[in-house]
Formats: sequence, structure tokens, C-alpha cells
Amino acid sequence: MSGVRVLVGTRKGAFVMTSDGKRDEWDISGPHFAGWEIYHIKGSPADPQRLYASQCSGWSGQVIQRSDDGGVTWKPVGNEFAYDGTPGTHQWYDGTPHPWEFERVWHLEPSLDDPDTLYAGVEDAGLFRSTDGGQQWQELPALRGHKSGPSWQPGAGGMCLHTIILDPARPGRMYAAISAAGAFRSDDAGETWRPINHGLQSEGIPDPDAEVGHCVHRIAMHPSRPGVLFMQKHWDVMRTDDAGETWHEVSGNLPTDFGFPIDVHAHEPDTVYVVPITSDAEHFPPEGKLRVYRSRTGGDEWEPLTNGLPQEHCYVNVLRDAMAVDALEQCGVYFGTTGGQVYASADAGDSWAPIVRDLPAVLSVEVQTLP
Amino acid sequence: MIRVVLPAHLRALARIDGEVQLDVAGKVTQCSVLDALEERYPMLRGTIRDHNRGPRRAFIRFFACEQDLSHEDPDIPLPGPVAAGAEPYLIVGAMAGG
Repeated sequence: MSGVRVLVGTRKGAFVMTSDGKRDEWDISGPHFAGWEIYHIKGSPADPQRLYASQCSGWSGQVIQRSDDGGVTWKPVGNEFAYDGTPGTHQWYDGTPHPWEFERVWHLEPSLDDPDTLYAGVEDAGLFRSTDGGQQWQELPALRGHKSGPSWQPGAGGMCLHTIILDPARPGRMYAAISAAGAFRSDDAGETWRPINHGLQSEGIPDPDAEVGHCVHRIAMHPSRPGVLFMQKHWDVMRTDDAGETWHEVSGNLPTDFGFPIDVHAHEPDTVYVVPITSDAEHFPPEGKLRVYRSRTGGDEWEPLTNGLPQEHCYVNVLRDAMAVDALEQCGVYFGTTGGQVYASADAGDSWAPIVRDLPAVLSVEVQTLP
Repeated sequence: MIRVVLPAHLRALARIDGEVQLDVAGKVTQCSVLDALEERYPMLRGTIRDHNRGPRRAFIRFFACEQDLSHEDPDIPLPGPVAAGAEPYLIVGAMAGG
């Protein structure tokens, strides 16, 4: 029977959780890199034993770790992220110019077909690539160098490039999302970029439908239908059917359309998951009830999933990189909370159970489906 | 032999137990000690000071002989007892970090 490996990054270390296809009993290893913030861990689609982790701390900055044995052992690789040329400025919180400064790696996205190639989305927002297994990193400077760059500003978490999506059907096409700048698309492997934010409406910027400036929290794609993207924006759940050329809102009957993660069922491209959060000020679920919402219609019509999730006195958050789906026949869904719980559903969200309850705050959750 | 004490999180990163003992050729300065440390443990590059002999990271402090050397010129000689191996050179995570 095939199984799964869940990769969890927390404020104070990484955890690796494995189970067979039933997904009801778990082996848990960790904390790996105890005491360090692990913003993201992700495995290579081309070699599931190859994992990469972003490890950082306020004391000692950025480290990238690599495992060649599925997370049993790790070794540090390259951690020099130097912006190309002389970085200019972006907007600071107060609207004044502020120099670009590397802070950390938020997201690692391994290539679909080469275990040694991966992308890193960093704060302050920029995109880097390594082609030697993480030893050396080079910026793809056209994104940060876009003419709108000086107008980008930080969201509450910092000015981070948090989403990187590689189009499996069209080599060279990739998407990136930045808080708070918006979504961007490249059709030439990162050589050039353009904003794809038509249809977004945001308060908090001078022009609500500006080309750039939106606080996109997360974008998700189903690999069988790469022209359709789903977005959880600061407020609003959005959808595009034309690779980002135009977006329309699909928040529908959600109790609130603020939130962070969004993901798509592994086998049903119109089944989408979000975790509604009360508001930008109240980063916890409405009414103290932790509910995942599922749409089976590609948005607009949403149903709450509550079986096994706390329905009173729950005031955790679920961060943007902390939800994932597996590709087993009965799709599994996973998410982690800032309260340290990691929940799993082996039936596409109908029922949930915690894998663990008391980890440090969870920053990211990824899952690998193992043969 | 220069003795260097690292904070626990960097000992874990470099898989070091206890003190590090380094041979430092020539003048014993903060810069030359860090050069030797990073040469032996490349994974420490960028975690104490920026890459390419860059500035000290803001939340890292350097102490020796009950003195704070964090703001001293990195190219002036370290105190005699450190150069002689009688006292360790302490690399410390600032109290405000962690």
C-alpha cells in the first residue's frame, strides 16, 4: 500500500510525519533543526527522497538544508542570497522608500523534473534559482526589477514572495505572488514578468483596482487544468480561467472571505478548500469554530467541514503555506495551525483528526504521496 | 591554539560538541578567527557575519576576557589571553534573540 509523508515547518523546528495509505497511524520524527524557524519544507516531484528546507533565525539568518533520504538525514547547502546588481527601493510601511534587504526564504519550489533545480521565494520579495541542489543561488532579477517594484510594500508578515507555481503543461510558464504587490506571470522561465491582477479589488491602496499593490495571500492550481487558478486574497477568494488575464470573485456564501491558504483536490479540479478567518485584525476563525470550507463547484458555493475540528473556543490561525493535499485515491487534506495542531483528513475533508496537537506554531505543511 | 565558544544553535548546525580549537596563522584578530572558523565549518558562513567578511549580524555579539568586543575594529589584535589560548573567544546570541 502506498503512503504519505507530511513535512511540517514550525516556529521552532521541522517535523516529518509518515503513514500508510489509511492515514490513521503516524510515525513522527523531529524536531529537526530544533530552535530554528522552518518556513517551508518541500520534496522534489522528480525524486521524493530529495527534500529541501528553509531554516532561519533572528540570530543567524538563513540556512538551506537538503536531505537525500526522505528527511532522515540533512546537510546544510548554500545560503548566500545576493540580489542582482544594486537593489533599489520599495515602499516601506509608511509609504517612504526603503532599500531592498534580504530577510529570509519563505517558499521553496523544486523543479517538476530535475531534483537539483529549485526556486526560492524570499523576503524582501525576490525570486532565486539554484541548479546544483541548493549550493549556489542566482536571482532571476526581472521580477524584482519590474517597473512597479518601487511601489511594492510589505504586508503584515513582511514583503514576501510566498507562492511559486510551475505550469506542468507549458514549460517556461510560472506564476509568483507577492504580499503586497500581487500576482505575476512569466512565460519564458523567469526572464520577463508581467502583473496579472486585472479584476482584483483591494481596500488599503489608493487605487482599488490598480495593476499592482494587492495583498495576495496564496494561489493554487490543479495540474490537469493549469489555466485555472484560485486565489485567497487578503479579502476575497478569486478565480481566473485564463491564466491570470482576468479574475472574478468566487467568495459566494463563505462566512468571511478573509483567509490565508487555498488548495485544490488532487483529483477534482473544481473542488477547492479554504479556511475562513474573521478579519485582518482578528486572525482567528469566526465564532471560535475551526471550519474548512469546501467548494465542489469551483467556487461560489461553499460547505463547512467541521467533523473532528474544534467547534468552540478555537482562536488559532492557519497560515498561507500550511495546507496541502495528497494524491492517494481518496484525496487526503492536511493543515497546520498557529496553535501547533496538524489535522489530517483521509476522506477529502469529510472528517478530520489531529496527527499532533502540541507543536510550536505551524508555518507550513506539505505532503508527499509515496509509491 | 585559539579557543572559540559558539552558541548552542550554531553548535547544532555545525555538529560541534564543546569548544572549537583553531590554528590561526598570523595576527590573531576577530576577522582572522572568523576566517579560520568558516574555513573549517563552511555551513557557518553567513550565520555570524554576512558573507564575504561582511558585517556582524545584528543579533550576534562577540565577548572575550569579560569585555564586549562587538563594536571593536575586527582587524585589531584580540586580547593576549585569547591569542595565547588561555581565554576563549565567545560568539554569543544576543539576549533579545531566539
